[in-house]
Amino acid sequence: MSIVVKDLVHTYGAGTPYESLALDKVNMEVADGEFAGLIGHTGSGKSTLVQHLNGILKPDSGQIFIGDVDITAKGVKLTEIRRKIGLLFQYPEYQLFEETVYKDVAFGPLNLGISEEEAEQRVRDALSTVGLDFGKFAERSPFELSGGQKRKAAIAGVIAMKPEVLILDEPTAGLDPKSQADIFDMMARIRAEERIILILISHNMGDVARVCDKVFVMENGRIVLEGPPSEVFSQGELLKSKGLGLPPAAEMIHMMRESGAELPETPLTVDAAVDIIDEYLLKKHDRSLAH
Amino acid sequence: MGIIEIEDLVFEYKKDEEDSVRAIDGVSIDIEAGSFTAIIGRNGSGKSTLAKNINALLLPDGGAVYVDGFDTRDEEGLWEVRQRAGMVFQNPDNQLVAAIVEDDVAFGPENLGIPSESIDERVRGALMAVDMYEYRKKAPHMLSGGQKQRVAIAGVVAMRPKCIVFDEPTAMLDPHGRSEVMEIMKRLHADGITVVLITHFMEEAADADRIIIMNEGRVEMDGPPAEVFRQADRIRALDLSVPIAVELAERLRRRGRDIPAGIIKMEEMVEYLCQ
Repeated sequence: MSIVVKDLVHTYGAGTPYESLALDKVNMEVADGEFAGLIGHTGSGKSTLVQHLNGILKPDSGQIFIGDVDITAKGVKLTEIRRKIGLLFQYPEYQLFEETVYKDVAFGPLNLGISEEEAEQRVRDALSTVGLDFGKFAERSPFELSGGQKRKAAIAGVIAMKPEVLILDEPTAGLDPKSQADIFDMMARIRAEERIILILISHNMGDVARVCDKVFVMENGRIVLEGPPSEVFSQGELLKSKGLGLPPAAEMIHMMRESGAELPETPLTVDAAVDIIDEYLLKKHDRSLAH
Repeated sequence: MGIIEIEDLVFEYKKDEEDSVRAIDGVSIDIEAGSFTAIIGRNGSGKSTLAKNINALLLPDGGAVYVDGFDTRDEEGLWEVRQRAGMVFQNPDNQLVAAIVEDDVAFGPENLGIPSESIDERVRGALMAVDMYEYRKKAPHMLSGGQKQRVAIAGVVAMRPKCIVFDEPTAMLDPHGRSEVMEIMKRLHADGITVVLITHFMEEAADADRIIIMNEGRVEMDGPPAEVFRQADRIRALDLSVPIAVELAERLRRRGRDIPAGIIKMEEMVEYLCQ
């Protein structure tokens, strides 16, 4: 399964004084099993784009192929698209509504018409994937959970649909550092176990650099830059001009360069930054001995 | 005497008659006028509940909160408290009420019954304080996230508060919006406003002059950022993290590099390494 987006155009408020071009010929390809990152400042078109991927929005023109199926074609069943493409909105915990975590997670699968038994298995699997203990959480009210637990329960509801593509829009916003790390562990687990396409929308450049294979940068409804994180995040000035930034490790090295340090590489992780700084200090030490 | 005095505060969320959850369990904090305090802690540790007790959105079940000497439990003094301690929340969309930026900023002062000439002056001053004056005639929905949040801050500034409590004001913003809002907070602090910032971003907390860590409704740690972040393992055990400069320093030390204690910001680290 792969995703191919071709010349996608979407206009909000067409024919009104508020008309604005939200997607301006977007082209994008995500290969099977890839983990893609989508970055861009607020209003750049990220959310509009992913809402097309699961059929919530219809384009003015252009096509979207999920596998071999053009989901923008007439006669395509939206229910089928939505089962295949799981979209986790920002702050999904606001959409929890059932009496128990179990019922909330089972809601989607039961709507697919599967048996109670299979639904239970799916709830068990989904809760285990997100790291919520079934025995401890299944019968609790979602409203009694902590912020991080609620977020995980909401994610379980999407995973229980067994999507072939999982899109997460700012899945860690507002969570404490530990819960953020838990959500990233979960994404790694889903990737390893399910081998599905993951698409992460995030304002956290460090996270995107760490986990994604490929990064798309959006601005004014277009994809203006794409490539592996190492390439995309080597363009610090360009990203800053687009209201974005660098992963903290890369920013640190960038600042050292501006202060005169000669450092050829741009690290994406703290580990890599430690190596670069360590080597830099060694050279500096040697140089001072030579003098 | 502090501008905000929290004495042995207890707060419980009541589910029904018998059942309640104690969110704040005996907290005493004195916040000095003109200071910049960051409050951090895991989700559910009581940070936001504490913030809402500061401007009387929630009232103590035990103990007391005084804002500039006014007891938050005293109904007569409610507007004195709210005018002195403003609040800015996470989602700017939930805080903007009017169709035009300047009307939105005027909303608070109008409610205070301030004469309209001085409202205009306040609105202008507040919008200038957040660098949004040139957007005064715009509709809030046409603005970026950071700009909306700055308008929300202007709405609070127009009330001329002595203290502003920011409850995760940058959680929903892109990197540029985050730095815009952070700059405005630092500027307001420089202008003499007491700033209390609740955040999950450790880099933001490092910019404060005091960090309070909440855990299970109590104060777990309290001190200057350099002192607090020195205890990295303890902080991680509280489900938090340390700023990147602290983490880099820690790992470089493990490799035998001599990095001085007290480095918590990237600028400080760069300065030391490139000296």
